[in-house]
Amino acid sequence: MFPYEHYLRYDKFPHIWCTGCGCGIVLKAMLRAIERSKISKNSIALVSGIGCSSRTPGYVDFNTLHTTHGRAIAFATGLKLAKPELKIVVVSGDGDATAIGGNHFIHAARRNVDMTVIIYNNHIYGMTGGQASPTTPLGNRASTAPYGSIEPSFDISGLAIAAGASFVARSTCYHATQLDKLITRGLLKRGFALIEALTPCPTYYARPNRLGTSVDMLRWYKDNSIAVERARKMSEEERRGKVIIGVLHDTERTEFSDEYQKLIKKMKGKRR
Amino acid sequence: MIVARTGNEAMAEAMRQINPDVVAAYPITPATEVVQLFSSFVHDGLVDTEFVPAESEHSAISACAGAAAAGARVMTSTASQGLALMHEILFIAAGLRAPIVICLVNRSLSSPINIHCDHSDTLASRDAGWIQIYAENAQEAYDTTIQAVKIAEEALLPALVTTDAFIISHGMERVELVDDKAVPKFLGERKVKHSLLDVDNPVTLGPLDLQDYFFEHKRSEIDAMNHVLPTIEKVQKEYGDKFGRYYSTVEEYKLDDADVAILAMGSTAGTAKVAVERLREQGKKVGLIRSRVYRPFPQTAMLKAMTKVKVVGIMDRADTLSTLGGHLYTECRSILYDADNRPLLKNYIYGLGGRDISIEEIEAMYDELLTIQKSGQVDKNIVYYGVRGE
Ligand SMILES: Cc1ncc(C[n+]2csc(CCOP(=O)(O)OP(=O)(O)O)c2C)c(N)n1
Ligand code: SF4
Repeated sequence: MFPYEHYLRYDKFPHIWCTGCGCGIVLKAMLRAIERSKISKNSIALVSGIGCSSRTPGYVDFNTLHTTHGRAIAFATGLKLAKPELKIVVVSGDGDATAIGGNHFIHAARRNVDMTVIIYNNHIYGMTGGQASPTTPLGNRASTAPYGSIEPSFDISGLAIAAGASFVARSTCYHATQLDKLITRGLLKRGFALIEALTPCPTYYARPNRLGTSVDMLRWYKDNSIAVERARKMSEEERRGKVIIGVLHDTERTEFSDEYQKLIKKMKGKRR
Repeated sequence: MIVARTGNEAMAEAMRQINPDVVAAYPITPATEVVQLFSSFVHDGLVDTEFVPAESEHSAISACAGAAAAGARVMTSTASQGLALMHEILFIAAGLRAPIVICLVNRSLSSPINIHCDHSDTLASRDAGWIQIYAENAQEAYDTTIQAVKIAEEALLPALVTTDAFIISHGMERVELVDDKAVPKFLGERKVKHSLLDVDNPVTLGPLDLQDYFFEHKRSEIDAMNHVLPTIEKVQKEYGDKFGRYYSTVEEYKLDDADVAILAMGSTAGTAKVAVERLREQGKKVGLIRSRVYRPFPQTAMLKAMTKVKVVGIMDRADTLSTLGGHLYTECRSILYDADNRPLLKNYIYGLGGRDISIEEIEAMYDELLTIQKSGQVDKNIVYYGVRGE
């Protein structure tokens, strides 16, 4: 049995998540990835914004920083620059990271700041009761989109790749073991690493969209996910409506906090 | 019509009857419901409003300011962090003289994170140039929301109407709604002198204004705020004459023969009224002052009320973190400077982060104020009521 008790703050239970919520699956995958990557508990700083997903740090025994809605990545950037030796992990929701905090997300990716960002993408604002988020698919319902959303949605992973992230991967709560492998790779990557985890929100996303129970949603992930290697061989037509999972992007780029330290060294040298 | 409504529902009903041209909003606990309900009115075709679900409060209030500049009647709703994120645009809206109305639910500002009631959010925005009115209950929240539209448009200043998180926002009460048709009639159409949509008379809003005229423009905004109180009083009276519920900027409750009084804002005033009743049954001469309007500060009415008694206990549901105590306390001390018969003051900072305040606790405060009256001594001016380790 995996030593979850080593990482969990049992005194903070019961957690607030609904029955069938995917947040716990991502949390456990993250813990397995941390164990697997052999990064010590005390050298991890887990940073979150606000939302159901962002409640994660409350339940785990790392250095944790629960910030304001949308700003987790901005706080994390400061943390990384002040303490470059820390391993920074950010957990965020699709609303937190791409609506109110979208700006920080793209700029941290652009700068390639060393952090592992796990976005729990449930396609909705869970915590405030099911309003449409930037990832609510076109035509799907939310409490603010009773006739179906008329806004095109963001592809979080695509956004991160375009903005300059060095590692980008996607998986789902059905593929929990793949999720921890991807998070492990993200943790071991130097640079901005994004893992997009599709998570069921049975309460506010499944209901208005008649997607059934959490189990039905997991089954949907199972039936509609395609490994990226296979997807590359498929036509755009064949890929439509499918979830492409796996490592979408992996490249080497100079990392921001390294450059920053170099600059400090250089300027100090000059002064002497 | 008499109905059972929570504070949020009551505010949403008022918004439905007001039928604003534009509502732009972003959800936040415990105010989400106001706009959520309102969006269902949009969905059901009960209002003609353009509804804009924004991607943050900063965008929501920016959209509101833009729409108001175009001449629209504009409303939104938020709380706490949402209002804090709007902070930059609050000043812009006031400077642009955009009469936006926010239905605000008072919730503590982070950090630490908390979703319950105190007044730190709106009090932190006290200098933004917005009218601020604090409701005591759901009925008043409903009535004041309607009044605020008229006040804001006449004064050309934006307004905040507040309720206490969960206590009012989620508490179900008896609410009397006025007739649907009577509200638009009471408000009339928004009359706009300079609007961005008036293409024959183009105007420029918000341009750079340096050492040459900035000060004059700011002074005119200050002047507008200085003249709001008569407008508020007028609208309160018109509303009362029409719908039978009268309000005042400063409410006095059993004050005329009182020896000591408590001054409070929001729902706590309702709790304190019960304490006053109970103590009066024991023959204790206690009264209550309620600051309904907080911005602009109703100086004259407040002075008149406070100087009726010998001791005032001022209950502040926020602190200024300045060593000076709470907001009401510091401001009341200031207006008393020139008064001939100054009452003794004691500041009770209470209920931060939604900590409950009971009738019994307020009774104990009154007893303390009576002791102060007898001794003529206030041993400690500012106390943090009910805090561990105080
Ligand atoms: C400045 C600010 N605005 C609004 C909120 C209210 N709020 C809390 S969580 C949330 C949305 C959460 O959605 P998402 O980030 O997708 O996370 P989820 O709850 O779905 O995991 C909102 C709007 C807030 N806390 N702060
Ligand atoms: S509302 Fe949705 S995201 Fe939030 S705890 Fe419930 S199921 Fe999870």
